[in-house]
This record gives sequence, structure tokens and C-alpha cells, in this order.
Amino acid sequence: MRHRFLKENTIENAFKAICFLSILLPLVLIVVLIGDAVIDGWSRLSLDFLTGFPSRKPELAGFLPALVGSFYLMLLTSAIAIPLGLGAAIYLEEYAKPGFLTSLIEINISNLAGVPSIIYGLLGLELFVRMSHMGRSLLAGACTLALLLLPMVIMVSRESLRVVPNSLREAGFALGADQWQTIWKIILPMSIPGALTGIILSVARAIGETAPLITIGALTYVAFLPDSIHSAFTAMPIQIFNWISRPQTAFQTNAAAGIVVLLFLMLFFNALAIWLRARLQRKVYW
Amino acid sequence: MENESKNIFQSVKMRSENLKAWFGTHEVLHGITLSVPEKYVTAIIGPSGCGKSTFIRCLNRMHEVVPATKVLGSVYLDAIDIYKNSINPVNLRKKVGMVFQKPNPFPTMSIRDNVLAGLRLQGIKPYDAHATVEKALTQAALWDEVKDILNRPGLSLSGGQQQRLCIARTLALEPEVILMDEPCSALDPIATAKIEDLIQELKSKYTVVIVTHNMQQAARVSDVTAFFYLGELIEFDRTEKIFTTPKNRKTEEYVTGRFG
Amino acid sequence: MVIDLTEKQAFRERMIKALLFFCGMVSVLTTLGIVGILVFETWGFFQHVSFKQFFGDTQWTPLFTNQHFGIWALVSGTVLTSAVAIGTALPLGLLAAIYLSEFATKNFRLFVKPALEVLAGIPTVIYGYFALTFMTPFLQNFIPGLSGFNALGAGIVMGMMILPIIASLSEDAIYAVPPSLKEGAYALGANKLATIFKVVLPSSFSGIAAATILAISRAIGETMIVVIAAGQQPNFSFDPREAIQTMTAYIVQVSLGDTPTGTLAYQTIFAVGMTLFLFTLLLNLFAHHLRRRILKGHL
Repeated sequence: MRHRFLKENTIENAFKAICFLSILLPLVLIVVLIGDAVIDGWSRLSLDFLTGFPSRKPELAGFLPALVGSFYLMLLTSAIAIPLGLGAAIYLEEYAKPGFLTSLIEINISNLAGVPSIIYGLLGLELFVRMSHMGRSLLAGACTLALLLLPMVIMVSRESLRVVPNSLREAGFALGADQWQTIWKIILPMSIPGALTGIILSVARAIGETAPLITIGALTYVAFLPDSIHSAFTAMPIQIFNWISRPQTAFQTNAAAGIVVLLFLMLFFNALAIWLRARLQRKVYW
Repeated sequence: MENESKNIFQSVKMRSENLKAWFGTHEVLHGITLSVPEKYVTAIIGPSGCGKSTFIRCLNRMHEVVPATKVLGSVYLDAIDIYKNSINPVNLRKKVGMVFQKPNPFPTMSIRDNVLAGLRLQGIKPYDAHATVEKALTQAALWDEVKDILNRPGLSLSGGQQQRLCIARTLALEPEVILMDEPCSALDPIATAKIEDLIQELKSKYTVVIVTHNMQQAARVSDVTAFFYLGELIEFDRTEKIFTTPKNRKTEEYVTGRFG
Repeated sequence: MVIDLTEKQAFRERMIKALLFFCGMVSVLTTLGIVGILVFETWGFFQHVSFKQFFGDTQWTPLFTNQHFGIWALVSGTVLTSAVAIGTALPLGLLAAIYLSEFATKNFRLFVKPALEVLAGIPTVIYGYFALTFMTPFLQNFIPGLSGFNALGAGIVMGMMILPIIASLSEDAIYAVPPSLKEGAYALGANKLATIFKVVLPSSFSGIAAATILAISRAIGETMIVVIAAGQQPNFSFDPREAIQTMTAYIVQVSLGDTPTGTLAYQTIFAVGMTLFLFTLLLNLFAHHLRRRILKGHL
């Protein structure tokens, strides 16, 4: 009896170890992935790289148009997606009455979240680039990314609105505030910290999106900074992809350096989101 | 009944006529006709689920805030039917304020901002904000306790203080009627006693309607008492009559604690 | 009278509501836009290409003079990379979920869950680079016949990308198993392993299945990893050592050139996009259905 108990314990420990290794492997992989990119790209990481323009000579090629393009793209995408997403979330949580139209919108959003990003690229190509005559511009790129982002922004915003207890809505009404005043002055201030974290993370994810931008035709040689929303542009992941697909290995080094910059920014946004949440939540006394 | 309490009912502030209310298809009020005397305290008692909370939520049109609800009948504030189409419930609620079961100060606001919340929500800038805050908090018997900590968050106060803050928040709007939905049910006996004293003081200026499941409380604070049972108004009279010589057998059974 | 409804207030409230409703409708319009555009261009495509050419052929060469439109060449590439990805991610993700929910300490969970989120948030172009410059050379040490572009390396790295989805959603499903069930098993003298395999996993089967299906759907729609590391050769083959082309990679390939509107080449990417959209839609609806069943209390 004692013997059998021991044996069982050994098997259980072995299983536990296998489970632990399964979770360790992906974590080790992140480290390897980052290490690989840093080692490959270290020699190119310099101020010249960050402030230079693309070039046919790999040792001269720089990342500046991609950095600036991604920055503008991020601002423009946020400016479109955040108001729309927050508005939709407020409508669904605060105004919508249960019924056909509401469930249609809800099912729609959950299905859209599962549509591959490249399909959004096809939509952007036809709807924005061709039909709306935006061309392969920053605006077309931002509109495409905004639609891609929308389901995620709506979901995190709804989540954060749901956290606000109903008694506070009633308190607002009982004080003679109408629905919008209650939402604007009581509910939003309470839910914004929660929503902000999720929104920053979704925007960060949008910066890393490549496929939809390639599909709308943004992969062009851009050796200038965009000067308006109608300007052609490049972005970090597109420039990286461009360098990866060059046959000369020297360009791979550039790609690795670009990847280090992109990864750094992604980690920065993740940290920012976590820090903001902690900081803003301290202002909300529950 | 009306005869004996003539002096009290000389001036009626609010009156419901054949008021019916539903949650979905479930009718919770079966035609209530009741007069609320001006500048007196009206208590509404009855076992859980008798419709007493629904009734007072109909008095400032808060019942319709919950989805899938319905109200039929009339409620008069002075001479105006508040269920008339042209009435905006939002404006009505500035005149008929409400205090809830659990204290619910706004978590993002300081004590001062909580008092001013009603005005700020409506976008009104008070002429003298400090005077408004002091007046409301004094009326709510909270001023002395919080005058030095007005910038602290409302949630830093004790439960009883929070509830008085919520009363101050309502008073800052200078309403005519104050509805209280079991305002002491989440409080300890000492905090409850303070709120009860406060209610006594409030009736010099305001008409108060209080829902309570605590019969001693109704006996202590109210001038008239309505007994609700299963969505009907069973008996409505001067409080001492309800508790000493009730006319209805159900009322007697309830106030003597035989059910509830 | 003060409490009367003012025209201005009512108008403002109506305007705000209408504006917010429009925000909500944007998502519906997006879906209509996607479906409308895909259907329109695919219809144009089938004016030139018959169903038989599309479904009855295993060669895909629409950009060559000798045109073939056999979608199976692209579908096989997609299925192959996705199968490798799921083969990698399902066992690892499930074991990771078991570890997180049954063995891990609270602090370990607090550290690992955000780390997995980071893994899921890494841009796929970076995964592609990793597959091409690290995974494939690494695998070539063990598999001599592995070509520079191949389904295996891309698939394994894609598995890493979808692993957090499986781990996180499976953990939710396992976590939702009522403790009373586990206690019942322990009370019958079952040990921890038996409880996990005979009680916990069967009870959370629907949730794990839904997680897997969502992960498959993600893998099928994944683009950059396969574009960079799996090749651009439409190849009706199930040998993971070879270069292949997925549906998504084909769309990218055409997009890299300047293809004028209205040409057959332009229409092909929408026909392929339609096929891809239908695949992922069916999988998502199935996963949705499974999760709804769980919410209703079925296991």
C-alpha cells in the first residue's frame, strides 16, 4: 500500500514537471526570439539608423520614415477607432434595449473580432483605396486599421462600463441628471481607467499589423516623411517585411534592428498600459 | 379616516390615483390611491415584495429606469400629473429627490464634489459653492464632522456618514419632496438614530416619504403610515392609529409581528 | 412650468442617442461591406472561371500564361501550416493550462499570464523573421531534407503564436469546473492525476474545444509568418518539409505588385479571400455555438 502510494506520487510529479515545461517553453521562446533579434541587429542599432531614410545600400538604410509613418498611423487610427468604439460600447451598455437589432450588433461584433486581418485589408483596398479615392494614403491605412481595431475597442470599453455599479446610475438620475449627463460625468470617469488599458493594448497591436497594410498596397519605396493624411507612407512592420524579403543578407541585419525597435515600442506600450491602470485606479476610490 | 386626520391632510403635496406598476408582465401595484401630506413624514410599511419600494420609485419616475417596466394611473405633484407626456422625468427628479437603501456616494468625487454633484451633473454653477456645501451638509447634520476634510473622497466616510452625505447631496438641489427607500437598512443602530433625528428635522422644510421594513422606525419618525400588502394599500392613517388601533386585521397582524 | 419637457433637452438627448447608435451600426456596416465586396468581386471572378476549374483542379497558377485556378493547392498549404501549428500549440497549451489551474501558485500565475499576453501581442512579422532565420536553420540540423522555405518551421512558430489563446481559454474552461466535482472525485479516493483526466478535462471539454477551434481559425487567417517563412509556391502537398503557399500568402503576393482593378488577377484575391472568410466564419460560428452551450450549462 505504502509502495503504491509512493509510485503514484512519482507519476504525479513527473506529470507536473511536464506541464511546467510546457509553460516554460513559450516563455523561453520569447527570450530566444528577443535575443536572436538583438544579436542579429545590434551592429545596425544607432542614431543614424533611427534618423536615416531607406536606401539601396543596406549599411546606409534608415528607419525614420517607418517610425514617423507608424506614429501618424497610430494617432489617426486612434482618433477614428476610439470615439467610434467608445460610442458603440456606450450605446450597447447604456441605451440599447434588448431586441433583434441589439443582438444583431452584438453577434456582429463578436464575429468581426474573428475575421482575419487580411480580409480587412481587402475591404480597405476596395472601399477606401479604390471606391473612396483615398489612394494608398495614411488616411486609407488608418481607416482600415480602425475598422480592424473596432471590435476590440468595443469589447474592452463595454467590459469597463459594466463594472460601474447600477446604484450610481440611479443616484445620477435621482439627482435630476439626464442619461447623458450621468454617463458623461459619473460613469465615464469611473470606467475610463479600465478602458484605457485595453485600448492602449489594442492600439499597440494595430501598430504591429502588417498584412492589411500590404493588402491596401502600402508596400512602396517611401524615402520621405508623410506631410498630410493623403500622403503615401510606410510603417515599421512594412519596412521590416521589405528588408526581410530582400535577397541580400545585409538587409536582414536591418530587419533585425527594426524588429528590436518595434519590440521595444510594443513592450513600452504594454508597460505604459499597466502603469496607467495602476495610477488611474488609485484615483478611483471603491 | 380622512375626517380624523383632517388637519394633517389640509395640504396635500403628492397624490397617486389608481397607480398600477409592472415588472415585465408581473403587476406589482394594483391601483394605489394615496395622498402625501405636505411637510409631514409619510412612512410606507409592509412585508418584502409588497410593492412599497416600487411605489415610491413611481413618485419620481425612477421605476421606468429599469428595463421592461410599465406604469399606469396618475401621480400628482401639487396639481400637475407627473405622468403627463410633456413632463420630463429628469426635471421632475430635481424637485422630488431620492435617497437609496445603500449609501452610494460617487467614488470619483470628494465630499465637497459629492454635495455639488447634482448641480454639476446638470451643468449648473452655484453662485456660492462653499455656502451651498455648508448649508446642505449642515441640514444633513454632517457639517461638524466633515468641515475639515471636504476634499477627502466621499467613500472614506463611515456608512452612516455616507448616507447623510447622500441626503446632503439631495438637499443641495433644494427639492420639495424627499423619497427615502429603506435609508437605514445598511446602517448600525447609532447611525440609524442619527438619520432618524435628521428626518424629524427635515420635515420642517420638506415633505418626506420613507419606505421601511422596520416598524419601530415607522412609529418613531412618521406622522402618517401606509400599510402595503401584496401590491394593495390595505390601510392608511395617522401613525399612532395604525400602531394602536388598526382597523384592518391584516394590519394588526403585521404591526404586532405575527407575519412579515 | 419648470418640470415640463423642454424642446432643447429632448432634441439633445435624441441627437446623442442617434450618434451612439450610428457608432454601434458601424460594425454592422463593416460586415456588410466585407460580405458585399467579397461577393461582388467573387461573382466577377466566376464570370471568367468555372466552378469546375476552381474546385476540380489542384494547380493554382492564375498569374502564369498557362492558367489554373485549383483552390485546393492553396487550401492544402493553409491546412498544412495550421495543422502543424495546432499540433504544436494544443498539447503545450493544454498542459500549460492544467499547470496554471491545478498546480501553479498564485504568484506564478500573476507573472505568467501577462507574459503569455505579451507572446500573443508580438507582431506576426517578427514571428515570421524568427521562423525564417532561427527556427528553420535550427530544424535543418535534424531534418536534412528541409528546404529554406517550409511549412514545418512556419507552422511551429505559428503554434507559439496561438498557444496563448489555447492556454488562456482552456484555463478559463478548467477553472469553471465546479470544485464540488473535484471534491467528489477526491472523496472517492481518486488521486490528482485521475481527477484531472477523468473529471476535470472531460467536464471542460466543450470549453477546450471552443478554444482550439478559435485557435485554428486564427492560424488559418494568419498571414505574415507564412508569407515570410513558408514560401510562395502553390503546391498540392502535405509534406511539411516543402515550400507551400497559403491562401493568405497568395493575397499578399498579388498585393505586392500593382494589380489594376477589374483584372482577373485582382478578382482572384477576392475569390481566395471569400474562401478564407467562409472557412474562418464557419469555425468562429461553431466556437461561438460551443461557448453558448457552456453558458447555458451544458458541458
